[in-house]
Amino acid sequence: MYLYDQYDQAMVDARVEEFRDQTRRRLEGKLSEDQFKPLRLMNGLYLQLHAYMLRVAIPYGTLNSRQMHMLADIGNKYDRGYGHFTTRQNIQYNWIKLEEAPDLLADLASVEMHAIQTSGNCIRNISSDHFAGAAADELVDPRPYAELLRQWSSFHPEFSFLPRKFKIAVIASDTDRAAMKLHDIGIQIVERDGALGAAFYVGGGMGRTPMVAPCIREFVPLDQLVPYAEACLRVYNRYGRRDNKYKARIKILVHELGKEEYARQVEEEFAHLLSQGIEPPLAELERIKPFFADPEFEFGLPTGIDRSDPDFALWVDRNAVPHKAPGYVSAVISLKPVGGIPGDASAAQMHEMAELTKQYSFDECRVTHTQNIVLPHVKIADLHALWTRLDAAGLANPNIDTIEDIIACPGLDYCSLANARSIPVAQKISQRFSANGRTAELGELKLKISGCINACGHHHAGHIGILGVDKKGVENYQLLLGGSEAQDTSLARITGPGFDEPGIVDAVETVTDVYLRERDAGERFLDTYRRIGMEPFKEALYG
Amino acid sequence: MADAGINGIGGTSPDEVQFRFRDDEPVDHGTVTVDSFLDQSNASAVRIEPGDDARALLPHLGRLRLVEVNFPVFSDGRGYSAARVLREAEYAGELRAVGDVLIDQLALLRRCGFDAFAPDQRLNEVDAVAAFARWENVYQHAADRRRPIPELRHG
Amino acid sequence: MKILTGNDLKSGAVVWWDGTGWSIYVNEAVDVGERAGEILAREQSARRVNAAYAIEASRDANGVRPAHIKDRVRALGPTVRPDLTLKPADPEVGNWVI
Repeated sequence: MYLYDQYDQAMVDARVEEFRDQTRRRLEGKLSEDQFKPLRLMNGLYLQLHAYMLRVAIPYGTLNSRQMHMLADIGNKYDRGYGHFTTRQNIQYNWIKLEEAPDLLADLASVEMHAIQTSGNCIRNISSDHFAGAAADELVDPRPYAELLRQWSSFHPEFSFLPRKFKIAVIASDTDRAAMKLHDIGIQIVERDGALGAAFYVGGGMGRTPMVAPCIREFVPLDQLVPYAEACLRVYNRYGRRDNKYKARIKILVHELGKEEYARQVEEEFAHLLSQGIEPPLAELERIKPFFADPEFEFGLPTGIDRSDPDFALWVDRNAVPHKAPGYVSAVISLKPVGGIPGDASAAQMHEMAELTKQYSFDECRVTHTQNIVLPHVKIADLHALWTRLDAAGLANPNIDTIEDIIACPGLDYCSLANARSIPVAQKISQRFSANGRTAELGELKLKISGCINACGHHHAGHIGILGVDKKGVENYQLLLGGSEAQDTSLARITGPGFDEPGIVDAVETVTDVYLRERDAGERFLDTYRRIGMEPFKEALYG
Repeated sequence: MADAGINGIGGTSPDEVQFRFRDDEPVDHGTVTVDSFLDQSNASAVRIEPGDDARALLPHLGRLRLVEVNFPVFSDGRGYSAARVLREAEYAGELRAVGDVLIDQLALLRRCGFDAFAPDQRLNEVDAVAAFARWENVYQHAADRRRPIPELRHG
Repeated sequence: MKILTGNDLKSGAVVWWDGTGWSIYVNEAVDVGERAGEILAREQSARRVNAAYAIEASRDANGVRPAHIKDRVRALGPTVRPDLTLKPADPEVGNWVI
């Protein structure tokens, strides 16, 4: 994985000192809250319902054991013994004290981590495929390109006060595991005539106006990635709407201009920027690539699995994913225990995952946008030992991509933007399906819950989505069907009137009943929905 | 900052400039709006508001000695692009950031090509000097022509 | 009644105006009537509180109850982690916010 050199370290260290200075000026009264707020946000520090919340970046989702240990230590030292993994490859701490935040950031910097640009109207943490470097279907590892963009976007002088936040994802396979087309810029590394380049999808997003990003350029040569991205951002910075924060995302600009006109303006700016010599030397990309080279996989490893323990066999079937190297798999650690809080991990669990990362996965783990952890390179022969350790730590839930593997935002239990609680709904749904025993039968079923229209819980992209709303001071939940964040990206549609909390749990069960009744052989819930449409579901819900 | 007065002359005076990174004599009069500038053939100082298109000035850079870029609120970042657009077109006159200019924007503004700063509220000198000097190195090319880290790494 | 709430600037802790200072217990909140703006301005400029605002609330046998669920969650803590609320011994404590 990528290691900082003295330049990267100096940047992060300088940022810690800058934030220490900003915090001092705030505490001394030299900065008003209005002035300080964007500064602390640009360093991931929110004021949430109960305290300050700090969001720490995990660039392209990759961590080593030392970093994971530090995340656990921070949970113990500065928080209340846990952290929350988010839908954008970040971790959040919920109980941070402002006066301690600079020291916390210094601790992070000591393991080459930071909270830079994890909030604010700037370019956010660059996310990527959580199976990068392990997936059999990828063209190349997308992370060197993400790292190149991480550096380019860090403290970008022109793009630190954009109309609104800006999220970039980079993938390099046709299977999309990063919700690429639901980002402000989605980049897919592609091959053309033997050369690598980047396809740019611009203007996707969820939030109150969900949109799937159109492709605005099919091939950008690799040595022009930065000028092209810069052109996309400059057009947005100059012309994105600033009169209405709800219309300020780039998706609105692309939509209002039309993708052809937006692309034309970008091309014009791009041609100009190419004359400015702003692109990093190709040697820099070549310097970054070896950090992401394959670990030294062993050859001739056994591939057989002893399935005599049914619990282990179930976990393998659900949580182990094929790997490009024979004898290996990627193992997904579910942070979705039945009745638990999606994405939360205790400090003790983080320490244990760090140990397992070191022992079983070449000292590398990943954070997924589905709020789970991946050990990307695990020997099949080690799986049983790994599972035994995970089970002892409460981390062996065999439920990846099932209805129990729910994405949920923090909701009204933690978030000041939320209108309704998300976590209790997730807890009750996972308990319901665990109890009725239908989880396995339902197969792949992605359920995603947001506690407000900002859609951090990706409800638009759920096969089943749930949106919490405030109905005259009472929590109410709308049901959506038919979304997908994968390569077949689609936006879910609302079924009809919302439900109270017990009602939404029943409603989810009702729509799964319709699926089980109507499905053809081999169909997922999403496939059946696409074939039969909304009506049978509505009939069952409201009929 | 004075309101635009007779003939559209307004903007900041040299007295209001707190930091200046140039040796030439400052323009001793105010600025005109972009519309006025485009209508007058002799004006040499102009003020850009966030919604103005800096590229409209490009045909006239030869007669420009001062461009003020106004930041009515610090969170409106259009002025950063305006500054780079001008510098990329090789505008060499004074580029002055005015309005809601705060300590923590100084280093970024400087990188985008601003070489004079006239904040609405005078800034603490010690904090400002520290802010200008904050970043020993930078990751990107910008108008300041500093060699960015990706190039420093390769000699 | 009208009560005042905000966060402690340094720690971020949720606090309520008790007539002389800021308490972490909503039950100690007092009715400020028409004086909300004046108290908020004074306390925020002295940095004794941050991001403060006035809300409607009522007082019943159980104490002070903010009118909006969001402020009830703030007054208590996360309902999904009773152990981290102000009443950690009561697993059903979350029901108070509904």
